[in-house]
Amino acid sequence: MTDFFFYLFSTIALASAAAVVLSRNTVNAAMFLIVCFLSMASLFVLLEAYFLAVIQVLVYAGAVVVLFLFIIMLLDVREDAKRKLSPFTAGAGLVGFAILVMGIIAVVSSDSIKATSEVLPEPSGASLKAFGNELFTTYLLPMQVTGFLLLVAMIGVIVLSKKLQEPEEQS
Amino acid sequence: MTIGLEQYIFVSSLLFAIGFGGVLLRKNTLAIYMCLELMLNAANLALVAFSRYHGAMGGNLFVFFIITVAAAEVAVGLAIIVALFRKKQTVVVGELNALKN
Repeated sequence: MTDFFFYLFSTIALASAAAVVLSRNTVNAAMFLIVCFLSMASLFVLLEAYFLAVIQVLVYAGAVVVLFLFIIMLLDVREDAKRKLSPFTAGAGLVGFAILVMGIIAVVSSDSIKATSEVLPEPSGASLKAFGNELFTTYLLPMQVTGFLLLVAMIGVIVLSKKLQEPEEQS
Repeated sequence: MTIGLEQYIFVSSLLFAIGFGGVLLRKNTLAIYMCLELMLNAANLALVAFSRYHGAMGGNLFVFFIITVAAAEVAVGLAIIVALFRKKQTVVVGELNALKN
């Protein structure tokens, strides 16, 4: 049963990711992005990282995509004109893509990651208590730094989106 | 056949490759940004899978931090795009050539 859900959700994730890349309309791309994030959250559930699945839905499928849609509608972006890629660009992109896929196949077919997957250890991400305990003891400094980063980002966004005034107008 | 670590790694690296292709091929800055988010998410999936199959908590916590930083990054990036649009009236990368010459 778990296998079936893994194949289902990974297929949905990959298909909607391809749709994000291929759809010309940006709003459609954002909608496919929601589908992709939701199916990734389902994969997190299959990996027994329930807290991260909830965070994924709240932060990505909720906040980030809504922000994207907000900006898309604010900017009134016209649909991508069918601009021809120069053959050099398209060729370089395809070569880069092919090298990446070859790397994937090399990694997946090697023994280095297969060795550990024989015995499934006890689920670690399931316990929210253990998660919080780790977060506020071992990872306390990164936690504080991340909070400070959010503050800095907020101030940066306010400064960036403020209309620039002439120096005389500022008292 | 039961699902092993390599299946998850395969899916996550394929997602990363799709996002990478999108960054290379799309012209719209917003679409490129969405593909960047896809790549970040693919990395998250790989980290969660490794964390699960090694029975270690570190990967999960790292993904938590990545999601937080990605949210901040999206806010700042979109603010930059809006500021750019206000100045140039376009979000197509080919036309944003202020640093040329």
